[in-house]
Amino acid sequence: METNSIFPSFAISPEIDAEANERINHYPEDKKRSAVLPLLHIVQHNFGFISKEATEWVAEKLELEAMQVYEVVSFYPGLREHAPGKYHFRVCRTLSCAMAGSAELMDRICELTGIDRSNSDSHHNPIAVSPCGQWSVEFAECLASCGTGPVCLVNDDFHEAVAPEKAEDLLGKYKS
Amino acid sequence: MSDIKYIAGKEPHPCEHRLIFKNIDREGWDPSIDCYLNDGGYEQLKKALTMEPKSITNEVKASGLRGRGGAGFPTGVKWGFIPPNNTKPVYLICNCDESEPGTFKDRYIVHQDPHQLLEGMIISCFAVGAHTAYIYMREEFPEAAVLMEKAIEEARAKNLVGKDVLGSGFDLEIYVHRGAGAYICGEETGLIESLEGKRPYPRIKPPYFPAALGLYMAPTIVNNVESLCHVKHIIEMGGDEYSKLGVPRNTGTRILCVSGDVKNPGYYEVQVGKITMGELLNDVCGGPKDGRKFKAVIPGGSSAKIMKCDESYKLKNPDGSERELSFYDIPMDFDTIAACGSMAGSGGVIVMDDSRKISWVLNNLNHFYAHESCGQCTPCREGSMWMRKISDRIVAGKATPEDIQTLEDVAYQIDGRTVCAFGEASSWPVEAIIAKFRDELEAETSEDNDYLSDEAKQQLEYISS
Repeated sequence: METNSIFPSFAISPEIDAEANERINHYPEDKKRSAVLPLLHIVQHNFGFISKEATEWVAEKLELEAMQVYEVVSFYPGLREHAPGKYHFRVCRTLSCAMAGSAELMDRICELTGIDRSNSDSHHNPIAVSPCGQWSVEFAECLASCGTGPVCLVNDDFHEAVAPEKAEDLLGKYKS
Repeated sequence: MSDIKYIAGKEPHPCEHRLIFKNIDREGWDPSIDCYLNDGGYEQLKKALTMEPKSITNEVKASGLRGRGGAGFPTGVKWGFIPPNNTKPVYLICNCDESEPGTFKDRYIVHQDPHQLLEGMIISCFAVGAHTAYIYMREEFPEAAVLMEKAIEEARAKNLVGKDVLGSGFDLEIYVHRGAGAYICGEETGLIESLEGKRPYPRIKPPYFPAALGLYMAPTIVNNVESLCHVKHIIEMGGDEYSKLGVPRNTGTRILCVSGDVKNPGYYEVQVGKITMGELLNDVCGGPKDGRKFKAVIPGGSSAKIMKCDESYKLKNPDGSERELSFYDIPMDFDTIAACGSMAGSGGVIVMDDSRKISWVLNNLNHFYAHESCGQCTPCREGSMWMRKISDRIVAGKATPEDIQTLEDVAYQIDGRTVCAFGEASSWPVEAIIAKFRDELEAETSEDNDYLSDEAKQQLEYISS
């Protein structure tokens, strides 16, 4: 997958460095490794995904081997190694939302954005991006709002009771 | 409490007893500290700080509070496992990784009433002697992470967190630590590994409780969000008084989250054991959708064994005699649901009506567990994937009757053979669905069933010709 131009390329500004140092301070001095997830979240928030360079930066900040950081990156479904779209949809796939129609919601979002999910699977390649690079989708496991399904996250925004026929309205909120 | 008004359309059901959810959907309520203080917030913390830490633990023990995360272990007893001559720092972790499918209660607490959680946490930290606490927040709650950090800053400005809390000499720092989308981080030792910056592989037991060896190999108490909120109310009411709520051994209130095929899904805070399954589903949740009948219910989060709605159970009375209980008469408590072969777990009740094919439900759950197995133990890593593949075949109409047997065999080879309870969590749904719906599953794999694909029918015809 190509790097997307929507996100800035990896470069650590003094602000980002200060934010990282503040996070590191939340843990005992000899337990810096605990800050792996917080630092990776800072990276992903600012640059869209976690590159090899970023992994090495985190390792250096925390006095770890890059491999110790990468094994964390490669484990968690919430950490990405490739760029998503500008607006990343995470649709809940699990039982209650599935009963409420989340598979149909996913199909509808893909139809409206021209996303082809045929090469996506749940483990190795969960994210599919639209040809224009604006949109991306992924199935998420239970988002803990089973009473108001189907639910989805768009970047950091949570949306509930998104019936498939409301997909167009939802996309409308994000059209730039 | 009678003067509290709720947002129109979100009023509690008359049979609810709201302690934890008192402020959820309350009219004019916001998550700020001012709103909380105006409502008498942090008064219980002031009271607790005048008590001996040990007597707070004793009140929690007397209350009979059982953990609301899933296992139902007595909270006060858990606290008591900290070694008495401990010299290491003690940590308290709030488990806000709410990710058991069917469960959606902690979400509302951290989004709408963060200070209730903080007050419960500060009291609990004081009781167990923890000077550092972490809120492990699931990554999928980004807004709650911001709200909680804001709440901590507000509390710090009022000297409720930080050095010398309210002049008591007690120091406490609370931090939010965000996860990254892994279900296994809800397992307390997996959570601790995650907080230490590693892959969240659950730790080998014993020690059974992180209270002995936890975060950074120091005594650590891990409690669910709802459990920590209850501590505040136990201080307010006193342990004995609190224990009068609910039924003996199953005390207090708990939040039942109902989802799936009912007219009114949602969250309902009730006294434990004071309402039955039938009252919950038919009265509180409005019954099945029009023209439908209830088929099956998962009573305590997706890992709990499924129950059939037309079943009845033979239970032993304390005097040794037997009684028969129909599904709809089961009280919503920990012990009776366990005696009926399932568990009250996290309080997530998932309801399926007669429009649902059980193989589809099974396959959905198998996908979840195959995705979320951390991969540490072979039976779980491989088994959850095989179970998914077999149920994929069933729903595609490509399974044979032997597949059902293979599926069952695989499930029984996982449970009891893994480091953590995920092995049981992933295999119980399969075991229970096969035990209770074998006929339906077998019908889907027989030659003459309606579900079988044409391709599979041709194959079977060819084999038997």
